[in-house]
Parts: sequence; C-alpha cells; structure tokens
Amino acid sequence: MSNLTTARFVNIGERTNVTGSARFKKLIMADDYDTAVEVARQQVENGAQVIDVNMDEGLLDAEHAMTTFLKLIAAEPDIARVPVMIDSSKWEVIEAGLKCVSGKPIVNSISMKEGEDAFLDHARKCMDYGAAVVVMAFDETGQADTKERKVEICKRAYALLTGIGFPPEDIIFDPNIFAVATGIEEHDRYGLDFIEAVAEIKAACPQAKTSGGLSNLSFSFRGNETVRRAMHSIFLYHAIPAGLDMAIVNAGQLDVYDQIDPELREACEDVILMRRPDATERLIDLAESYKGKSAADEKAAEEWRGWEVRRRLEHALVKGIDAHVVADTEEARQQFDRPIEVIEGPLMDGMNVVGDLFGSGKMFLPQVVKSARVMKKAVAHLIPYIEAQKEAGARAKGKIVMATVKGDVHDIGKNIVGVVLQCNGYEVIDLGVMVPWSKILEAANENDADIIGLSGLITPSLDEMVTVAEEMKTAGMTMPLLIGGATTSKVHTALRIDPAYDGPVIHVLDASRAVGVASRLLSDTQRDEFVDRTAAEYVQVRDTRAGKRQSELMPLADARANGFVASMAEKPAAPLQPGLHVFDGWDLAELREYIDWTPFFRAWELHGTYPKILDDEVVGESARSLKADADAMLDRIVTEQWFTARGVAGLWPCTRDGDDVVIADPAGASPTVMAFLRQQVKKSRSRPNMCLADFIDPAGDWLGGFAVGIHGIEEHSQRFLADKDDYSDILLKALADRFAEAFAERLHQHVRTDLWGYAPQEQLTNAALIKEEYRGIRPAPGYPACPDHSLKPILFDLLDAEANTGITLTESFAMYPTAAVSGFYFGHPQAEYFGVARVGRDQLEDYATRRNVDIATAERWLRPNLD
Amino acid sequence: MTKREEFEAAAAQRILIKDGPYGTAIQQAGLTPEDYAAGTDLAQEQKGNNDLVNLTQPQVIRRICDSYIDAGAHILATNTFNANRISQADYGAEHLVHEINVAAARIIREAVDARNDGIARFVAGAVGPTNKTLSLSPDVEDPGFREVTFDEIVAVYVEQCRALVAGGADFILVETVFDTLNCKAAIMAVKQLARELDRDIPLMISLTLTDLSGRNLSGHTVEAFWYTVRHAKPLTIGLNCSFGAEQLRPHVQLLSDIADTWLMAYPNAGLPNDLGEYDEQPETTASLTQVWAQNGRINALGGCCGSTPAHIAAMAKAVENCAPRVLPKPDPDMHLAGLEPFTIAA
Repeated sequence: MSNLTTARFVNIGERTNVTGSARFKKLIMADDYDTAVEVARQQVENGAQVIDVNMDEGLLDAEHAMTTFLKLIAAEPDIARVPVMIDSSKWEVIEAGLKCVSGKPIVNSISMKEGEDAFLDHARKCMDYGAAVVVMAFDETGQADTKERKVEICKRAYALLTGIGFPPEDIIFDPNIFAVATGIEEHDRYGLDFIEAVAEIKAACPQAKTSGGLSNLSFSFRGNETVRRAMHSIFLYHAIPAGLDMAIVNAGQLDVYDQIDPELREACEDVILMRRPDATERLIDLAESYKGKSAADEKAAEEWRGWEVRRRLEHALVKGIDAHVVADTEEARQQFDRPIEVIEGPLMDGMNVVGDLFGSGKMFLPQVVKSARVMKKAVAHLIPYIEAQKEAGARAKGKIVMATVKGDVHDIGKNIVGVVLQCNGYEVIDLGVMVPWSKILEAANENDADIIGLSGLITPSLDEMVTVAEEMKTAGMTMPLLIGGATTSKVHTALRIDPAYDGPVIHVLDASRAVGVASRLLSDTQRDEFVDRTAAEYVQVRDTRAGKRQSELMPLADARANGFVASMAEKPAAPLQPGLHVFDGWDLAELREYIDWTPFFRAWELHGTYPKILDDEVVGESARSLKADADAMLDRIVTEQWFTARGVAGLWPCTRDGDDVVIADPAGASPTVMAFLRQQVKKSRSRPNMCLADFIDPAGDWLGGFAVGIHGIEEHSQRFLADKDDYSDILLKALADRFAEAFAERLHQHVRTDLWGYAPQEQLTNAALIKEEYRGIRPAPGYPACPDHSLKPILFDLLDAEANTGITLTESFAMYPTAAVSGFYFGHPQAEYFGVARVGRDQLEDYATRRNVDIATAERWLRPNLD
Repeated sequence: MTKREEFEAAAAQRILIKDGPYGTAIQQAGLTPEDYAAGTDLAQEQKGNNDLVNLTQPQVIRRICDSYIDAGAHILATNTFNANRISQADYGAEHLVHEINVAAARIIREAVDARNDGIARFVAGAVGPTNKTLSLSPDVEDPGFREVTFDEIVAVYVEQCRALVAGGADFILVETVFDTLNCKAAIMAVKQLARELDRDIPLMISLTLTDLSGRNLSGHTVEAFWYTVRHAKPLTIGLNCSFGAEQLRPHVQLLSDIADTWLMAYPNAGLPNDLGEYDEQPETTASLTQVWAQNGRINALGGCCGSTPAHIAAMAKAVENCAPRVLPKPDPDMHLAGLEPFTIAA
C-alpha cells in the first residue's frame, strides 16, 4: 500500500511515438535525436511512469531508429529510471529493441495473427529477454471486434501462454478500442463491447492486465479536440472500474470527468455506453459547437505577444502569466534609464489594474496570487541591477510585520494576506508560524514597522493574541494591530483584544479587505477618521453585549436531567477489529476521490458549493481556472508521491459515567477518562441539552478515536518559495488540508464498513459522504460538540498518535503537520453533531474537578465558551 | 534427484557455505611466467592470466579448492572469472577458452566427488561480466555508441558456459554483475544452451554494487535488478564483492525481502586499507555475517576479495546453528523496471 512505486492505473504517453506525435516523427525523420531525447525527458519529468517508444513509419528504418533512440535514452539516468514499452508491429524491430533495454520492459505487441506457432515463438523470446507483453486480440481470422471474439481470443491466448510457462502477471491484453460514432451501425457497440470484454477477460484470466490505445475511439472527431478529450475521459471513467489497467494516451489529452460540460458529457456517455439509438447523431450535432474553439482560443492567447512591452507586462500581471515575464522585464529594463523605473512604471501600473479589479470584485483571490507570482519574478530579475546601481528600492507604501501566533501552525490565510499586501506595494516582513510575542515586538521595532498583523486558526490562538496586545501596551507601542484568521471575529476583537491595547486594533474579515484597511491606516487624511470609527464600532459591540440579555443558562444539574436519552437497544455491536490500526501510507490516488472541494474554494475566498461554483456567473471562471491548477498539481502529488498520508484509528471498550466516558485500558492499567461538555443554554420545546457522553451506554459500549496527517509538504513548499511562487505554495498547502480531510473521511468509512464494521453494506457516493449520510459521527476536539482542544493530548496518548502518525501537538494543542485531523468515533445511530455553546460557572467548576485541574486552567481551556 | 532439487533440499536444511576467491591464493603460489604458460604456445606473457592456470597448473587450483572444502564450503566455484573470449583476448589466449573452462570445471568436479562423505557439495561454473558493457558507451562524446552487441556477448557466454557444463559444472554462477544488460545476455546464453543440450542449467546470479546507495554500474537499484532478472528463475540471487559485510547488510536485507528464491551473498573481507589490501580478520567477517544469518536473511554465504579459507571456516562456524532464510511468497503484481522498479498492482 505504501510502496511509492506501485500504480493501480497507468497512462502511457505517446510523445515518443511517431504514430502518436507529429512532432516526434518530424524530429526522428530529421535525425534530430538530441531533441527527441529531450521529449522523453520532459515526459518523465511530467510524471510518465512508462515510456512508449514507437518508430513504425514507412520512410524510416524502424529498427535503426528504435535501437539508436533506446541506446541514447539509456545514457540518461533521468529518463532510464522508468521502464520502456517497445512498441512496434514488426517483431524484428521489437527484438532489436529488446537487445538494448537493460531493465524489464513491456513488448507492445504480439498476437496470434500469424498463427499459434509464431505467437508462441515470440512469447518464448519475450520470456528469454525478460519482458512483459501486450497481446492484441487478433487471431488468424482478424482483429476481434465483438465482445465475444475479444474474450474468446484473449482466453485462448492466455491458455497458450500459461501453457508454456509465461508468467500470467506479465500478460497485458489489448482487446482493441475501435472508433465509435462513425455513422455505421455495427460500430455503435464498440465502446461498450471493449468495456464489457475487459471485465470478462480480467475474470477469466487471473493476474493478467488489460490495456487499450484510446485515440482510435474518437477517430470520427479528428480536429475537434474538445470532443475527443471528453470521449477519452469518459471512456476511462467507465473502463477503469471494469478493470482496465493501462491506456495509451497523453495525460494532457484527458479532462477531469466532473469538469466536462454536462451536456457534452451526457452525449458522449450515450455514445460510449450505447444508451440511446440516436446517440451518434446527437453527439455529431453537439460536436459542431465545439469545433475550432481551441484553435481560436490559442490564436487570441498568442496575439498579446505582439504588443509593446509595457502593455505585455500589464497583460501578464492581470492574467497571471509568468511564462515570458523575465524576458519582458529585461526588455523593459533596457528601455528605461534606471531599473527602478520599471517597477515604478509598468509593473506598478499593472499591479494597480490588478488592485482595482480585485477591489471592485471583478477579480478574485487565486488570480491575484498568480499576479503576485508574476510580479515577484519580475522584481527578482531587476533586483541585481538595482543593487548594482546602489539605489534604494521603490519606497514601499508601508511596512507590515505579520505572524501566526505562538502555539499555532496554520499559515495559509496569513500567506494569502501577505501576498495581497505585497501586490499592492506594501513591504511584508513575514515571521512565519509559532511566533512568540517577544519576537513579534522585536521585529516590529527593528524594522520600524507601520503595522503588526496577527493570524491564528485554532481557538487558543485568540488568547495568545490578547497576550500580544497586552505586551505591546506594556512596551508602550501604539502602531495599529490587525487581527485575522478563521476563529477570530469582530466580537472577540472588540471584547477582548481592543481593550487590551492602546493603539488601534482592527479585525480584518478576509484577505480582500486587508489592502483597504492598511491604506486607510497609513493615510494622513483618512487614518484618524477610520480609527475613530472602528473604535466606536467596537465600543458599540461591547455595549450591546453588556446590555444584551444573553440566552439563559440552566443549572448544570437541570441540564443533565434534560440530557438526550439514546435508545441503547440500538447501540452498535462490538467492533470486528478492536484496538489500534495504523496506516503508513494510504493511497493518495484513492484519497483524491474523497476530496470535498467546497472548503477548498472557500480557502481562496471563492464562495459557493462545488460543483455549482464552477458555473457561477461571477466567480465561475476563476473557480474553473483554480480547479484546473489544483488538478494539475494533484496529478503530480499523486503520481510523484509528494505526500505521505499517515493515520491511526483505535476502537476501545468504554462505559459512560455522567458526562465522562471511561475507556478501559486494554493493558490493564488505569482507565482513561474523557470528559465532555454539556449544552446549558435553556432549550425551547423540550429539546434535550446534549453531551457527547449521551451516545454511550453506561452498561458498556465502544468509543473510537483517530488521527490522520499529511506529511511531505515542506520540500515542495521550499521549492515553490525559492521560485517566488506563492501561488503554488498556497495551493499546495490548501490541497494538503484537503487530503487530510479526505483521509479522515475515508478512514471513517473504513471504520464503519470494516474495522468497527457496523455498516458493512454501506455504499455512498462522495457527495453523500460530504453530506454525512452515514451512521455515526466523528467530532473533533476544538470543534463545537467538544470545544476543548485540551482533550487532544489524551486522545493522542490513547492512539499513540505521535509514534503512529508522526503528528505532534504544540503547547496550544495545534497539530503539526498542519494538514491533520483528529477526533472521536461515535457509532450510535442517533449520534449527531451539535454545538456546546456557552457554559456556566457551575459546569466550569465541575469540569475542572473532573479534569483534575485548577479553575484558572479550566477557564483558559474553555474561554471561548464562557461569558 | 536433479542438482537443482539436491541444492534446494540442502538449502532448506541449513545455510550453505560458498568458497572464497582464487586470485590472491594463486598469487601466493608464486608461479613464474613459465609456470603460467607451461605447455602452451602462446606468444604473449601470461603472468597474471589466472584462468589459464586451470590448464597449465591444475594441481594449484585443486589445492585451493581442497582448502575451501576443508574450511566447510558446499558451493565450489570454478576459477573462470575471466575465462571468456573477450577477456582472454588481452592475453592472445581466446582460442583456449573452451579448454580452460572444461579443465577448470573438471578440477572442481573431481575435488568435490573425491570427498564422498555424504555432504552435498556443488560445482558452480563462474562467469564474470567481461570487460565490455552493453549499457554504457565508452565514449562520452557519443552516448549512443556501444563497443559490443548483445548478440556478441550472448555468443561469448554460450561458448564459456558450454565448456563449463561439459567439464561437469552443476550450475552457472553469473557473478559480479555490474552491467545489468550483460547479465541479461548471460541469461539468454544459458537459456539457449539449456535448449541446445535439452537439460536444466540452473543459474546463480550475483550483483555487485558500485555505490553505497545501492546501484550497480549501469545504474540499477537492487530491486530493479531483481525484477529484471527474475525471468531467469535463478536458483540463487544475491550480491558479491562491492563492499565489506558491514556496508552490504542493508542491500542484502532489501533483496531478502523481495526475492522469492534462495539468497547467496559473498562480501569482501571489509574495505581495502590505504595500501589496497584487505585486512579484516576472519572473526570480524564472521560476526558481521552472523547477524545476517540470525536475522533470517541468508541461504548461502561465502567470501569475495580478501577472504581466505580461514574467513570461510570462521563464517561456516558462526552460522552453523542458524536457521536458513525462509523464502518470501511471490506477489501477484506486475513488476517492471527501468533503473528503478515500477509495479502495477494486481
């Protein structure tokens, strides 16, 4: 499972195939082997797991071309690290190739076309050379077209091969993909026949693999790339679950199934799965509307390269295109007297356009971050020239020191704000994560900062922000303090941080507001008015709060008496596999399928639910582009195994004791007590005051726990930052978070169906999983149902999570790596999520006793839930 | 029982012991150039042509072989590392390749058969890599150039192996593999020969690593190498030469986990000192390799450069009471390889 070089489905590219790539053919015909080798290198760099080499061209000496090319790539360790597929219809060419390949290749292909003797002779030779082999479904009478022929020929070939001792795991059947939607009725079944044949062949021929050349399928739509890509993607979407192991197709010629225009998707699906008699006509009609689209796009895309340089730079900044920016910047530099003028002139002009578009809601965060990447690269190119002239850099609009506070490790939001500010001409000094107050103050003083910005994601960070504010006051500082991050709020800022500091304190709701806030704070004319207005707002918040009749709390005893009464007759049976289960490297390709995309878009401040957001009138284009970038990075994350998904799940016998759940120690040591909080707000209409302990049977029951983490971002993050590519860095971190959540989802499913096993038959789509249409819940410490983060160390001890998953906890109980999730499993069918909300002094004291800590400590832990 | 079956029966019972090297032992015999060439009409000087000694001074080879049998060796290799047409051409002795190999195998066969003490022993016809590589160009300016072709190397190996088998070798030991493609040619040669003679010729294959990260000269990792040669269905797979036992350990362990056949390793006696000599003491080598045995990593153990009969005896004693490695089950996946392995799950 954790083997880094194991694949479940393999795309074999055609870029080094003269029949599949016009460019490669041209290079080989021109004897330009150096460039041809570069094509192979790019293919491997882009994640190819196997290199297909084909030299079957009438005007070529294929044998010579094959051996020449194979020997050349053998000399390139970056290319030779992956296996080769020797692809030819001529056996002599294949055998000549086999004599040059030092690893274990795949031969593509042999068949029974010339009878059993020749077939077995070729097979024996493959065994002698040590090669896996693609067997075409072809016999003496011709190529197999119907499902029955495909299956019959493959079964016959399998029997012959295993009969001479050919290893079954080294056989790959290619049951022929033929063109569909040709207008000839007999061709209509070709797609479906292939898919059904694959399933039957896999069942009849143990260990054998299946493969197919995809480009034939869409032959009728030559020149219409949109339709061809859609057909290929849809075909794979159905053929892979049927058992297809590999396909010959360039990865770039595939779309993500979910992203294909639904109308086109349905039309293609109708054709491939033969769902309606008029499917072909309908697709042909629809295809017209896609014709030539890509060509026109390409033309428009290249037109701007002819513009004058100032306009090109602006265009590149607005569109976030970094391909030519260094060359364009250099061209601009030569036109100006001083390099600084390039920054002050065309680059800042371009960024101002970006800022205006963003400010007016016509451009969105992902695009802004991409623009910033372009700007950074341009500036990086100019810096050496500026320094050579010993000039001061362009005067920044202001200096802002930013940090994620001590105990917290989350930095996606902070990084986004930093990038946005930099794009708008501010100098940002980013102190990183887990920054103690002393260092923040020191950096602000040393750099003569104009503003300090604090960020945090978990609730304990709120306290730490108060501490920073208090220390700033003690130090006699008066510069503005900005507060941001997921758990921060205007109310908390007004009630707790603002009173702690003498200078202005401003809560910044999201990244798009950061520039407006910073520019007003640093403006001579607007500053006072803005500061006064905000301060007045916060006073009002405090007054309202003070005067507000808060929801009434019940005494704890009454709340307990009004607890939820679960029907213990329905409690889940004991787990099939109790105890700890450790997973060292869950398959990323599988986790990818479990990603919930909506929060991903939210992280980029694109609001809406997935997949509808892709068609949103306002942010749709931005969302589609972001998703495309995310998918491209996901491809690399999965194929190149950037991440390692480590997790642990545990299932323990327990009993309920009041609001505690007491977990028996399997080793016989003292039991672990997990103290939960109960809702105390007075409920209307006889609704219960919930506590997680209500879902556990006092007479004996089971509780689960888990922790999952995504390791491996650092290396790539550093690479992106070294390349001044904040966009990719933020994308990487956002995707790592999504993998952690997806892993939590997948592991929970595994627990329900296998480990605990109370829902063995469960079959839910990803959408249904996201909607939590399953039985049982997995509340996490620090979230509404059990808001106290300090349960995490106890949970981690039970799971031995640090050793089993490599996740560590900070002093504020934040998990590191940041892409991590932990929580409890409750299996009772009536278990549901709820929010504990405000609790009373009586519960605080009771909780302190149960946790065996002093009141002050408990107060610190529960502060967000106290008055 | 065929020799393959006999070997498997013995290997299931105990860790088998392979002999040590011939080169240094021959040097110690103090042969003169005339001794080397005795009875041949070779024009060039033959001192240093240790393979020719099989033909000209068979008693020297026999004595060395006997010393290894006395030390406890069960697997006795022939002194034929360079007895191939390409390497012998350096001495102008390529026309003697057949005779040298027949003689070499015969000496070891006789030494083994003479014991007749009920202990199973085997003659392994040793085949070296030749001094030409199929994967690499000797000309840095022309990476596509090759000094020799696959078919030529196959023919060279067929000639040598045919003679070794004729002289009485039980197995062919393809050792010190630094170029994986040369090894594939050797496998092809043995397969062709087996078909020609219509008999099973079990192969023993032994890789040599050129860097501590675990690749051979042609760049293959240990795993990629195993998947590349697995089609030979070798009787043993393993590692020799490279480094001392200490440095070889992780690679033995890696191979031991994946190879579903018997594992034979014969490291050097440590790393050479500043003078290029091996000075690791027999007890040291023995205790280092004993760990492999105790961890269930090994089925056959012997010595390469720097090892003496004393090293072999010390190793034999150290693993005497250790259980042999249990073969892992073959997995059902498709394994491919470039320089690195690639697996497609079943």
